Amino acid sequence: MRNYNEETLAVLLRTLPAAPEAWVKAAQEIPLARRGLDDIVARAEADRAFREALVMDAEAALEGAGYEHDPALAEAVREHLTP
Amino acid sequence: MPVVETDAQLVARCRAGDDDAWRELVDRFSRYVYAIAVQAFRLSEADAEDVFQEVFARAYQNLSKLRNDAAIRPWLAQLTRRLCLDTIRAGAREQLGEIPESSGVDDTIARLDESLFVHEALATLSSNCREILDRFFARDESYQLIGDALDLPAGTIASRISRCLVKLRTELEGRNPVAAESGG
Repeated sequence: MRNYNEETLAVLLRTLPAAPEAWVKAAQEIPLARRGLDDIVARAEADRAFREALVMDAEAALEGAGYEHDPALAEAVREHLTP
Repeated sequence: MPVVETDAQLVARCRAGDDDAWRELVDRFSRYVYAIAVQAFRLSEADAEDVFQEVFARAYQNLSKLRNDAAIRPWLAQLTRRLCLDTIRAGAREQLGEIPESSGVDDTIARLDESLFVHEALATLSSNCREILDRFFARDESYQLIGDALDLPAGTIASRISRCLVKLRTELEGRNPVAAESGG
Protein backbone atom coordinates (compact mmCIF):
# COMPACT_ATOMS: atom_id res chain seq x y z
CA MET A 1 0.00 0.00 0.00
CA ARG A 2 1.44 3.32 -1.02
CA ASN A 3 2.16 5.86 1.67
CA TYR A 4 0.09 8.89 0.76
CA ASN A 5 1.85 11.58 2.73
CA GLU A 6 0.98 15.24 2.21
CA GLU A 7 3.72 15.76 -0.35
CA THR A 8 2.66 12.77 -2.46
CA LEU A 9 -0.97 13.81 -2.36
CA ALA A 10 -0.07 17.34 -3.37
CA VAL A 11 1.88 16.06 -6.37
CA LEU A 12 -0.91 13.69 -7.43
CA LEU A 13 -3.59 16.36 -7.08
CA ARG A 14 -1.51 18.74 -9.19
CA THR A 15 -1.01 16.12 -11.88
CA LEU A 16 -4.56 16.37 -13.16
CA PRO A 17 -5.40 19.99 -13.88
CA ALA A 18 -8.91 20.79 -15.09
CA ALA A 19 -9.48 20.62 -18.85
CA PRO A 20 -10.61 23.91 -20.41
CA GLU A 21 -14.26 24.50 -19.51
CA ALA A 22 -15.34 25.08 -23.11
CA TRP A 23 -13.96 21.69 -24.15
CA VAL A 24 -15.78 19.95 -21.33
CA LYS A 25 -19.05 21.70 -22.14
CA ALA A 26 -18.76 20.79 -25.83
CA ALA A 27 -18.14 17.14 -24.96
CA GLN A 28 -21.06 17.16 -22.52
CA GLU A 29 -23.32 18.40 -25.31
CA ILE A 30 -22.51 15.50 -27.64
CA PRO A 31 -25.89 13.78 -27.01
CA LEU A 32 -27.68 17.05 -27.73
CA ALA A 33 -25.59 17.62 -30.85
CA ARG A 34 -26.61 14.19 -32.06
CA ARG A 35 -30.22 15.24 -31.59
CA GLY A 36 -29.76 18.28 -33.83
CA LEU A 37 -28.53 21.11 -31.57
CA ASP A 38 -25.94 22.37 -34.06
CA ASP A 39 -28.44 22.42 -36.93
CA ILE A 40 -31.03 24.24 -34.84
CA VAL A 41 -28.54 26.91 -33.76
CA ALA A 42 -27.32 27.35 -37.35
CA ARG A 43 -30.90 27.70 -38.59
CA ALA A 44 -31.68 30.22 -35.83
CA GLU A 45 -28.68 32.27 -36.91
CA ALA A 46 -29.94 32.33 -40.49
CA ASP A 47 -33.66 32.75 -39.76
CA ARG A 48 -34.52 35.67 -37.51
CA ALA A 49 -38.18 34.70 -36.99
CA PHE A 50 -37.18 31.18 -35.94
CA ARG A 51 -34.60 32.61 -33.56
CA GLU A 52 -37.15 34.94 -31.96
CA ALA A 53 -39.60 32.08 -31.57
CA LEU A 54 -36.91 29.96 -29.92
CA VAL A 55 -35.93 32.72 -27.52
CA MET A 56 -39.58 33.29 -26.60
CA ASP A 57 -40.51 29.61 -26.13
CA ALA A 58 -37.90 27.12 -27.22
CA GLU A 59 -39.94 24.00 -26.55
CA ALA A 60 -42.97 25.24 -28.51
CA ALA A 61 -40.81 26.54 -31.39
CA LEU A 62 -38.97 23.22 -31.65
CA GLU A 63 -42.15 21.20 -31.61
CA GLY A 64 -43.62 23.57 -34.19
CA ALA A 65 -40.58 22.91 -36.38
CA GLY A 66 -41.14 19.17 -36.17
CA TYR A 67 -38.74 18.19 -33.39
CA GLU A 68 -39.83 15.70 -30.76
CA HIS A 69 -40.59 17.01 -27.26
CA ASP A 70 -37.15 17.30 -25.65
CA PRO A 71 -36.78 19.69 -22.66
CA ALA A 72 -32.99 19.13 -22.45
CA LEU A 73 -32.53 20.07 -26.09
CA ALA A 74 -34.77 23.13 -25.64
CA GLU A 75 -32.73 24.23 -22.62
CA ALA A 76 -29.48 23.84 -24.56
CA VAL A 77 -30.90 25.86 -27.47
CA ARG A 78 -31.93 28.62 -25.04
CA GLU A 79 -28.43 28.65 -23.55
CA HIS A 80 -26.86 28.99 -26.97
CA LEU A 81 -29.13 31.80 -28.10
CA THR A 82 -29.17 33.96 -25.01
CA PRO A 83 -26.04 36.06 -24.42
CA MET B 1 -20.36 12.75 2.65
CA PRO B 2 -21.49 12.35 -0.99
CA VAL B 3 -22.06 8.85 -2.34
CA VAL B 4 -20.23 8.56 -5.63
CA GLU B 5 -21.55 6.25 -8.31
CA THR B 6 -19.15 3.60 -9.55
CA ASP B 7 -17.85 3.87 -13.10
CA ALA B 8 -19.93 0.84 -14.05
CA GLN B 9 -23.15 2.38 -12.70
CA LEU B 10 -22.42 5.62 -14.49
CA VAL B 11 -21.73 3.88 -17.80
CA ALA B 12 -24.94 1.87 -17.45
CA ARG B 13 -26.95 5.07 -17.03
CA CYS B 14 -25.21 6.64 -20.04
CA ARG B 15 -26.07 3.64 -22.14
CA ALA B 16 -29.70 4.01 -21.07
CA GLY B 17 -29.67 7.48 -22.66
CA ASP B 18 -29.42 9.56 -19.49
CA ASP B 19 -27.96 12.97 -20.48
CA ASP B 20 -27.08 13.83 -16.88
CA ALA B 21 -25.04 10.65 -16.61
CA TRP B 22 -23.15 11.53 -19.78
CA ARG B 23 -22.37 15.00 -18.40
CA GLU B 24 -21.11 13.36 -15.21
CA LEU B 25 -18.99 10.88 -17.18
CA VAL B 26 -17.35 13.68 -19.18
CA ASP B 27 -16.78 15.59 -15.98
CA ARG B 28 -15.23 12.55 -14.29
CA PHE B 29 -12.77 11.74 -17.08
CA SER B 30 -12.14 15.11 -18.74
CA ARG B 31 -8.98 15.81 -16.71
CA TYR B 32 -7.65 12.35 -17.46
CA VAL B 33 -8.13 12.53 -21.22
CA TYR B 34 -6.76 16.07 -21.30
CA ALA B 35 -3.70 15.09 -19.26
CA ILE B 36 -2.88 12.09 -21.49
CA ALA B 37 -2.95 14.34 -24.55
CA VAL B 38 -0.85 17.17 -23.15
CA GLN B 39 1.38 15.38 -20.63
CA ALA B 40 2.01 11.94 -22.11
CA PHE B 41 2.00 12.99 -25.78
CA ARG B 42 2.77 16.70 -25.42
CA LEU B 43 0.22 17.70 -28.03
CA SER B 44 -0.36 21.38 -28.74
CA GLU B 45 -3.53 22.85 -27.26
CA ALA B 46 -5.20 22.83 -30.68
CA ASP B 47 -4.36 19.17 -31.34
CA ALA B 48 -5.25 18.24 -27.77
CA GLU B 49 -8.65 19.86 -28.18
CA ASP B 50 -9.33 17.87 -31.37
CA VAL B 51 -8.29 14.64 -29.68
CA PHE B 52 -10.33 15.46 -26.58
CA GLN B 53 -13.53 16.02 -28.58
CA GLU B 54 -12.91 12.98 -30.75
CA VAL B 55 -12.33 10.73 -27.74
CA PHE B 56 -15.65 11.68 -26.19
CA ALA B 57 -17.51 11.56 -29.52
CA ARG B 58 -16.23 8.02 -30.15
CA ALA B 59 -16.85 7.00 -26.58
CA TYR B 60 -20.45 8.17 -26.86
CA GLN B 61 -20.86 6.40 -30.18
CA ASN B 62 -19.28 3.12 -29.05
CA LEU B 63 -20.31 2.86 -25.42
CA SER B 64 -22.45 -0.15 -26.26
CA LYS B 65 -19.33 -2.01 -27.44
CA LEU B 66 -17.62 -1.73 -24.06
CA ARG B 67 -17.46 -5.31 -22.75
CA ASN B 68 -16.94 -4.39 -19.11
CA ASP B 69 -18.59 -1.20 -17.85
CA ALA B 70 -16.09 -0.95 -15.00
CA ALA B 71 -13.27 -0.73 -17.55
CA ILE B 72 -14.27 2.65 -18.92
CA ARG B 73 -11.05 4.29 -17.65
CA PRO B 74 -8.56 2.01 -19.43
CA TRP B 75 -10.82 2.03 -22.48
CA LEU B 76 -10.71 5.83 -22.61
CA ALA B 77 -6.95 5.78 -22.02
CA GLN B 78 -6.47 3.40 -24.93
CA LEU B 79 -8.71 5.45 -27.20
CA THR B 80 -6.92 8.68 -26.27
CA ARG B 81 -3.55 7.07 -26.81
CA ARG B 82 -4.53 5.82 -30.27
CA LEU B 83 -5.93 9.19 -31.35
CA CYS B 84 -2.85 11.02 -30.03
CA LEU B 85 -0.60 8.72 -32.05
CA ASP B 86 -2.74 9.27 -35.17
CA THR B 87 -2.44 13.02 -34.66
CA ILE B 88 1.33 12.88 -34.24
CA ARG B 89 1.73 10.62 -37.29
CA ALA B 90 -0.43 12.95 -39.38
CA GLY B 91 1.72 15.87 -38.21
CA ALA B 92 4.91 13.95 -38.97
CA ARG B 93 3.78 13.47 -42.55
CA GLU B 94 3.45 17.25 -42.89
CA GLN B 95 6.67 18.15 -41.05
CA LEU B 96 7.80 17.61 -37.45
CA GLY B 97 5.88 15.48 -34.96
CA GLU B 98 7.81 13.13 -32.77
CA ILE B 99 6.29 9.96 -31.35
CA PRO B 100 7.24 9.72 -27.69
CA GLU B 101 8.92 6.59 -26.30
CA SER B 102 6.26 4.01 -25.46
CA SER B 103 7.75 3.36 -22.01
CA GLY B 104 7.62 7.08 -21.21
CA VAL B 105 3.97 7.21 -22.23
CA ASP B 106 3.22 4.13 -20.10
CA ASP B 107 4.89 5.73 -17.09
CA THR B 108 2.98 8.96 -17.53
CA ILE B 109 -0.35 7.16 -17.93
CA ALA B 110 0.40 5.08 -14.82
CA ARG B 111 1.02 8.31 -12.91
CA LEU B 112 -2.23 9.78 -14.28
CA ASP B 113 -4.10 6.62 -13.25
CA GLU B 114 -2.88 7.06 -9.73
CA SER B 115 -3.75 10.72 -9.79
CA LEU B 116 -7.26 9.89 -10.99
CA PHE B 117 -7.53 7.38 -8.14
CA VAL B 118 -6.76 10.21 -5.73
CA HIS B 119 -9.26 12.51 -7.46
CA GLU B 120 -11.92 9.81 -7.13
CA ALA B 121 -11.26 9.65 -3.41
CA LEU B 122 -11.40 13.42 -3.32
CA ALA B 123 -14.89 13.28 -4.84
CA THR B 124 -16.17 11.47 -1.73
CA LEU B 125 -15.09 14.24 0.67
CA SER B 126 -17.29 17.14 1.74
CA SER B 127 -17.86 19.81 -0.90
CA ASN B 128 -15.78 22.21 1.19
CA CYS B 129 -12.73 19.94 1.18
CA ARG B 130 -13.17 19.13 -2.49
CA GLU B 131 -13.30 22.79 -3.41
CA ILE B 132 -10.35 23.80 -1.27
CA LEU B 133 -8.04 21.00 -2.39
CA ASP B 134 -9.01 21.25 -6.04
CA ARG B 135 -8.64 25.03 -6.12
CA PHE B 136 -5.29 24.99 -4.34
CA PHE B 137 -3.60 22.03 -6.01
CA ALA B 138 -5.27 21.48 -9.38
CA ARG B 139 -6.23 25.07 -10.19
CA ASP B 140 -3.22 26.63 -8.50
CA GLU B 141 -5.28 29.36 -6.79
CA SER B 142 -3.84 31.49 -3.97
CA TYR B 143 -5.10 31.41 -0.36
CA GLN B 144 -6.60 34.84 -0.96
CA LEU B 145 -8.50 33.77 -4.08
CA ILE B 146 -9.80 30.61 -2.39
CA GLY B 147 -10.82 32.57 0.68
CA ASP B 148 -12.70 35.10 -1.44
CA ALA B 149 -14.43 32.41 -3.52
CA LEU B 150 -15.51 30.33 -0.54
CA ASP B 151 -16.12 33.23 1.81
CA LEU B 152 -13.48 32.06 4.27
CA PRO B 153 -10.70 34.05 5.96
CA ALA B 154 -7.54 33.61 3.86
CA GLY B 155 -5.56 32.94 7.07
CA THR B 156 -7.49 29.73 7.71
CA ILE B 157 -6.96 28.18 4.27
CA ALA B 158 -3.59 26.54 5.03
CA SER B 159 -4.93 24.74 8.09
CA ARG B 160 -8.07 23.69 6.20
CA ILE B 161 -5.92 22.28 3.39
CA SER B 162 -3.96 20.30 5.92
CA ARG B 163 -7.10 18.92 7.60
CA CYS B 164 -8.63 18.02 4.23
CA LEU B 165 -5.45 16.20 3.17
CA VAL B 166 -5.69 14.10 6.33
CA LYS B 167 -9.29 13.22 5.43
CA LEU B 168 -8.22 12.39 1.90
CA ARG B 169 -5.47 10.12 3.15
CA THR B 170 -7.92 8.33 5.44
CA GLU B 171 -10.28 7.81 2.50
CA LEU B 172 -7.46 6.45 0.35
CA GLU B 173 -6.37 4.00 3.03
CA GLY B 174 -9.74 2.28 2.75
CA ARG B 175 -9.57 1.87 -1.01
CA ASN B 176 -7.97 -0.60 -3.38
CA PRO B 177 -5.21 0.85 -5.52
CA VAL B 178 -5.67 1.28 -9.26
CA ALA B 179 -5.98 -2.02 -11.05
CA ALA B 180 -5.11 -2.48 -14.68
CA GLU B 181 -8.29 -3.52 -16.44
CA SER B 182 -8.98 -4.34 -20.01
CA GLY B 183 -11.52 -2.33 -21.97
CA GLY B 184 -13.65 -3.07 -25.01
